[in-house]
Amino acid sequence: MSAAETTAAPPVAKGTAKFAYAVPLIGFGVFAVFPYIAGPHYTILMFSAMGFAIALFGLNLLFGYTGLLPFGHAMFLATGAYTTAYLTASKYLSLELILLTAAAAATVIAVPVGLLCIRYIKIYFGMLTLAFSMLLYSFLFKFYQITGGDEGLRIKMPTPSLLDLSKLDTLAILTGPLYYFVFGLLVILAFIMWRIVDSAFGLGLRAIRENEQKAKYLGVNVQRCRLVAFVIAGIYGALGGVIVAIPVGLADPSLAYWVQSGNLVFMVLLGGYTNFFGPLLGAALFILFQDQLMTYTEYWRLTFGILLAVIVIFFPNGLMAIVDRRGWWST
Amino acid sequence: MLSGVNILVGGAFHAAVLFLVAGGLQIVFGVQKIINLACGSFYAIGAYFGISALAWAFKLHLPVATFIPVLLGSGLLLALVLGPLVERVLRSIYHRDEHFQLLLTFAFVLMFEDIIRMIWGASPRQTENIYQAFGEIRLASGMNIPAYNLIVIAVAIALSLALGWFLQSTRFGKIVRATAENAAICEALCIDVSKVYMAVFTLGVALGTTGGALVVPATAASLDMGVELIVDAFAVVVIGGLGSMAGALIGALIVGFTRAAAIWIYPEFEMLAIYVLVIAVLIFRPRGLLGKFT
Repeated sequence: MSAAETTAAPPVAKGTAKFAYAVPLIGFGVFAVFPYIAGPHYTILMFSAMGFAIALFGLNLLFGYTGLLPFGHAMFLATGAYTTAYLTASKYLSLELILLTAAAAATVIAVPVGLLCIRYIKIYFGMLTLAFSMLLYSFLFKFYQITGGDEGLRIKMPTPSLLDLSKLDTLAILTGPLYYFVFGLLVILAFIMWRIVDSAFGLGLRAIRENEQKAKYLGVNVQRCRLVAFVIAGIYGALGGVIVAIPVGLADPSLAYWVQSGNLVFMVLLGGYTNFFGPLLGAALFILFQDQLMTYTEYWRLTFGILLAVIVIFFPNGLMAIVDRRGWWST
Repeated sequence: MLSGVNILVGGAFHAAVLFLVAGGLQIVFGVQKIINLACGSFYAIGAYFGISALAWAFKLHLPVATFIPVLLGSGLLLALVLGPLVERVLRSIYHRDEHFQLLLTFAFVLMFEDIIRMIWGASPRQTENIYQAFGEIRLASGMNIPAYNLIVIAVAIALSLALGWFLQSTRFGKIVRATAENAAICEALCIDVSKVYMAVFTLGVALGTTGGALVVPATAASLDMGVELIVDAFAVVVIGGLGSMAGALIGALIVGFTRAAAIWIYPEFEMLAIYVLVIAVLIFRPRGLLGKFT
């Protein structure tokens, strides 16, 4: 995140650009009408994509805004998924309760882990987060009695307590009411994230990203800002993990594996880490493209690897930089 | 007593292989400041290529004694092809933020996994009877240890000594170390840094591929062996200290024996023990046991 790359487009004062709101309107609009224009298969894919998007909004608070690349963010996905598994196994099927518990669990993990990780920057931060995610992975993988080992834990589908869905079958719930519940959650969490990055705290994060020393001189409490960003990112990651795990119906250790963390970063990069809506676009495109590719070829990783290389080398600012040329929503 | 010796030898064998791969990671990081996630992939592809090389050696009815040189040669050959190729792609973003270099090596991890799948298929591959062909060494009655493990340990020690001599005493080794210290000054002294980078990266790849080739007579080659090993290699460099070759050695020994001991005492802790160690090192000695960086 050299200064030259991220500040290429001068920031436009908000309110002056009438069309700026077209970006989120079209983006969320596509998610809103998706169950009507596509079949259940694609709707469920978009369901997962919304879960990933929530997690990625958190990841990008660290990467795009604070300049810290977490390479172990999948640990929070797993936190959310396993929370869902434990609660649904104990007959707590209220999705609201599960989301709140996942957020609490993520906070409990993110505070101590964050305190250690934020002592480092650059590549070392990434390595340390990777180490912690692998610690969680090995715990999930090896402690069979508690975590189900490599088979993971089954998840019974949770439903929002607000709605009575007892008459519908699983598929109808997933592609209907639950889809819109998650969509509402996505919009609310995106809005909260926007308020966060648009606040004085968010400005502090950007100042840290651009120049830590200067930020310190200006009175930004660098370490505290980093820690708060890390915890928020962790909570978003766990909330995303809950959503991602629901259509799969299973919480398994691979959710915490480092390759999963790499894929998360890949999604953000695909959408564009320099844009607020990069995570949303990245998650949707990654999930849909992966699904399409897997039906055509068993060598989808090769294609994805080449795609990632092309993005990294030629389009490091991702697709949102092309969509949002004026940089209305740039980080 | 028998299991004790076996665990020691098993730990040393694991440490020897880990040292090679982590050494490749270290030398690339030390000189080019790139964390090469693909070093595990080079290890995996080295293993598969080693199996093919052994099959070829089998067909030519080469004696068992030549298998080690055949494996080493296959690793080196593979590195000479892959190293410059991958480095050429990485070179395009040397000027960029280090996050992108990390991500580009992750792209290679994805690519290599499918390249291996294309060439060698998805099911694990194994060499038959070669491990046994090296025979066993009898320490006392009922205490046999496989000779192949000892050979690999010896080869790794020899390679580490050769590498140490190369870096400390040869002219090119001194240039490599100078480039690691300050690439800009080296450039000013008319050293072609881009050539040094290519050579160093290829050397790093060679350590990975040779490590992979040496391991195949003892274990099967599988598609996920690369992504699994990188996790261990990572632990090694964090414990030993990023960018330090001596650190790679110490780290590999610690990780190798910790793992062996954990398997012996309490198998559930196999990986957990290593990561607890990693985090302990990061808390109490952030730059690693022998690291230079803060």
